[in-house]
This record gives sequence, structure tokens and C-alpha cells, in this order.
Amino acid sequence: MMTALKRAAFALFALALSLAAQAQLTIEITGAGANRIPIAIADFAGEPGVARAVAMVVRADLERSGLFRLVEAGAPLAENAAVNFADWKSRGTDALVVGSVTPTANGRFEVRFRLHDVQKQASLGGLAYVMTAQQGRTTGHRIADYVYEKLLGEPGIFSTRVAYVVKSAGRFELQIADADGMNAQTALASKEPIISPAWAPDGGRLAYVSFESKKPVIYVHSLASGRRHVAANFKGSNSAPAWSPDGRKLAVVLTKDGASQLYSVNADGSGVVRLASSAGIDTEPFFSPDGQFIYFTSDRGGSPQVYRVPSTGGEAQRITFEGSYNVTPRLSPDGRSMAFVTRNNGRFQLALMDLASRQTQILTDSDKDESPSFAPNGRMILYASEIGGRGVLAAVSSDGRVKQRLSVQAGDVREPAWGPFLKN
Amino acid sequence: MRKKLMIILGAALIAGCGTTGEPEQSGAPVEDRDAKRVDGTQVKPVTADDQMGTALAAVRQGVLAKRSVFFDYDSFVIKDEYKSLVEAHARFLVANPKVKMLIQGNADERGSREYNLALGQKRAEALKKMLLLLGAREDQIEAVSLGEEKPRCSESNEACWSQNRRDDMLYTGEF
Repeated sequence: MMTALKRAAFALFALALSLAAQAQLTIEITGAGANRIPIAIADFAGEPGVARAVAMVVRADLERSGLFRLVEAGAPLAENAAVNFADWKSRGTDALVVGSVTPTANGRFEVRFRLHDVQKQASLGGLAYVMTAQQGRTTGHRIADYVYEKLLGEPGIFSTRVAYVVKSAGRFELQIADADGMNAQTALASKEPIISPAWAPDGGRLAYVSFESKKPVIYVHSLASGRRHVAANFKGSNSAPAWSPDGRKLAVVLTKDGASQLYSVNADGSGVVRLASSAGIDTEPFFSPDGQFIYFTSDRGGSPQVYRVPSTGGEAQRITFEGSYNVTPRLSPDGRSMAFVTRNNGRFQLALMDLASRQTQILTDSDKDESPSFAPNGRMILYASEIGGRGVLAAVSSDGRVKQRLSVQAGDVREPAWGPFLKN
Repeated sequence: MRKKLMIILGAALIAGCGTTGEPEQSGAPVEDRDAKRVDGTQVKPVTADDQMGTALAAVRQGVLAKRSVFFDYDSFVIKDEYKSLVEAHARFLVANPKVKMLIQGNADERGSREYNLALGQKRAEALKKMLLLLGAREDQIEAVSLGEEKPRCSESNEACWSQNRRDDMLYTGEF
């Protein structure tokens, strides 16, 4: 029997879902992995509305990853239900998730789940969360992260967030959404362009370039409070902020001494130090995850190519040699590979270099790819592209197999940046 | 075109009007649904309003009303056809030492946004250098770049791109 309190909680949950749907990024899967793991996620037992919604989020997350194939699960199964492994094996699934949702005091819910390995006929563990009705999606993402990590041996990114810029009719919005495109929230709205958002390692701040004072100025913006400060506003242009892995410094591009050159500045805007010198353009700095090097784009050799320099300063070393336009270096979280944009027969495409072997693979088949950004587990690379003259975001796995497209209904989306893992 | 900038101010010059103030921040309240999130992921919205200046009358007339210099593909050279225009602006700056100029360099849309920002900067610096050679003072001119972010023309063809590879000159009160 549904009490008035529970009905109210469910209504709130539905409202939260519909509000989020208005501004959401729509994600389409356009390519999937070769060997997807078959998995059944039964509807959770208990409180029907909430239980179904949580299981739906888990299913959608795992399917969108392109690494799982959903197997029809039928009736709800409780977290402690006895599992008929032979039956599940005959349905062709390797893994099974079951769970329960139980109302607790104060209108909250306890969500318990368990992951079973059908082949080994064993439990791979489970967890319990206490949540409000509004936190169904958050809980679903956490369960999906757990399942993903148990079955694939690497952390899931379903609880992370992405930042991107939406341009619509003379208005620019820096938005933050959950990794599934839901819950889009506007961090900054402006009549002037916003580019180059970069997440601080703490996941709570963004550095970006805003043109609101008729020139590019770098800001650091705390998302929860909406407070922000100027991190670099020198004479000339201020752009391309990149966080040091410890979150204390930014590598930036300033033109105060003439051409676009690399500098280091403390996150509060103090302590400006020159990092490298060239007669031409140096831009798009990016720290290696160990903090040892800064990778960047430079035309010092006659065409834009990727170089790196020790982060304490020193001699630059050229990294890319093939072709006449290689820009926007972004290192994978493990530091082993580098995503960048290359011009290939007049088309700008996303490429990935293995830094040890210097082998390069072109990952996309589009014309106007830019601004690559690795997921914090290194599996997917989010980037900006264009379809029919409209800006969209796309993601491709580092092996080139899984492909997704992310778009918003009205407007151009560009400048994506995938946020870090949330520290719990 | 630049109508919103063309706000008339009598004859007075406001030399100190600059671009570096901390932009206004709105105190817009957080929506209920954000406040209810308890996992530390709420985002408070901020609105950035550009500051509107007041323009000089003299630079809205005659040759000084022309403010753009266009560039060839991958080029940062001021073409001969713009020399007399640049000279006229230099003369005005020399005659009015309190007037300041913001040069906004621009690039076409092809390739990386940040690299294009650097290309636009090179174009702005080229014009600034020429104005300085013609007698304008360093502290009168700021060269900045808008990269590919403020295209005058938004189609993907050379006719359009050639309009976007340009420098725009803005005077005190217009930025």
C-alpha cells in the first residue's frame, strides 16, 4: 500500500526526471565494442517506481558504454533472492544484477544490490545505499560503476560530470551535466564566447576563457558557490588554461610580451613565470599526469606541431612529425598515450599516439574534430565535431570501436571537458 | 553592424575607461532542484554581462569609421591596400594621446580554437606594430585576439573565411 508520503516522494522523483529531460544532452550509440559482456539487470524488488528507475539508470549506463549487451531479465528479483544459475546461463547471460529498494525513516530509501557471476555461479559482491527519492540517478550511476569495475577491472565513469559550451542565438552557456547527459546545469551564461573549460583535479572548479570584457581573460570558477576570480588578465590575450595535477597551478598562454607564449601562474592569479620561449606561437599546454612535462602546440618549426617541455622549464622536444598540422595534445590518465587533432587531407580528425612507440592511429572519420578530452578512466575520448553545420559532441573509445554522439536540441555544443573522478 | 557600440558621448574623452574590471556577478538564487542535491554536485548559475562603453564622435566619421583590415590565408601581413587606412588611424592616435585603441584579431574557423586564437593575436600584433611605427604610443594600444569566436560570416567557404581573417580597431568607449 502506498502511503501519501511515498506518493509525494515518487512524484518528486518523476519531477526531477522531467526537469532534467528539458536541457539534457542526448547520447546515441553509433558503434559498440567487439565482445560485449552479456548482463541481465533485473528490476529491483520493493518500492516499484523508485526500484524501476534505479535499475533503468544502471542498464542505460552499462549499455551506453558499448561494452555490455543487455539480456532481458523479466520479473523483479530481490537482493537476497536465491539465484537459479542454470536458468540464467541458458538465457545467455554472464552476469546478473539483483536488488531491493526499501523505504526507511524520513521518506528515504535503502537500495541494496548484488552482482552475480553466472558462469562461476558466485556472488561478486554488493553494496547498500541510503538515498532520497531525488538521488535515484546518482545511486544508479554508483551501482553501474561498481558493476563495471568488477567485470572490467577498471573504474567506471558513470558518476563523473562533463562540462561543455552551448551556443544558441547570441548566448553562450557553460554547462555541467552528468556523464549520461542528464542534469544539465548552467554554470555561466554570457553574451560573449566562452572557450577552453578545464576541470581542476578536485572536480569542483573550472578554469576557462571568457570574452565578456571584449578580450580573452582566464577565470577560475567554483561551481557550487558560483564564485569566480580572474586568474590571468594581462595586457593582450589570456587563454588555454591547463591545471597542474596537484591543482595549485595553471599553465596558461599570455601575449603580454608579444606573441602567444607559455607561462605558469598560481590558481589565485599570483606568481607568473615564463615556461618556454619561441619566436612563434606556443599554445594549448597540457600537463602530463605525473606533472613532469607540459605538452603543447607550437609553430616554431614552421607548421603547428606538438612539443613537450619539462614543467620546470628547459629544452623543448618535438613529439609529432607526420603531416603539417598536429594540435591540441591531451594525455591519457595513465600518461601512455596522447590524443591530438591532425589535419588529414584537409580534414581535421582525432588521432591517438602511443607515446612509447610513437605509433599513431586516426580514430575518427569526420571533418571538423577538435578539443579532445579523456574520460578519467582513459577508456573514452570526448571531442567536439560538426554534423550538418551544427556543433555536436562525440566520444570514441581509445581502441576506436565504441562511438557515441551527444547533442542538444537547440544550439551548437562545443568545447567539451570530461571531469575527474569524484572523491568520496 | 556595430550599432550597439555607437553610443554618442559629446566631445569628452574618458581615457581611463578600460577592460580589466571584475565582471558583474549575479546573485541569482539556486533553483530548488539543485539545492536538493546533497552530493556536492550542485552548480550555481552566474550571468556575465558585458560592460557597455560610450564612443567617441570623431572616430565614427570619414575614413576613421573604417575599422577593419583583412588578411590572406595563413598570412599576417598588412596588405598595401590598407596602408592609408592604418596611417589615418595612426595620425588620430598621435593627435589624441589620451585615446586608446583595442585591436581585435580574428581567424577563420578551420582547426583548433586556441591555435586560431594565437593566429588572430599575430594579426592584431602586426597592426599594432605598424601603428607604433607610425607614431602611436605603446600604452595607447592593446592587441588581443577573438580567434574564430566572433565570425562576421558563418558559412564554410573561402568568401566567408576571407571576411573572418581580419583585425577590428575599437576606440575608447567601444570596448
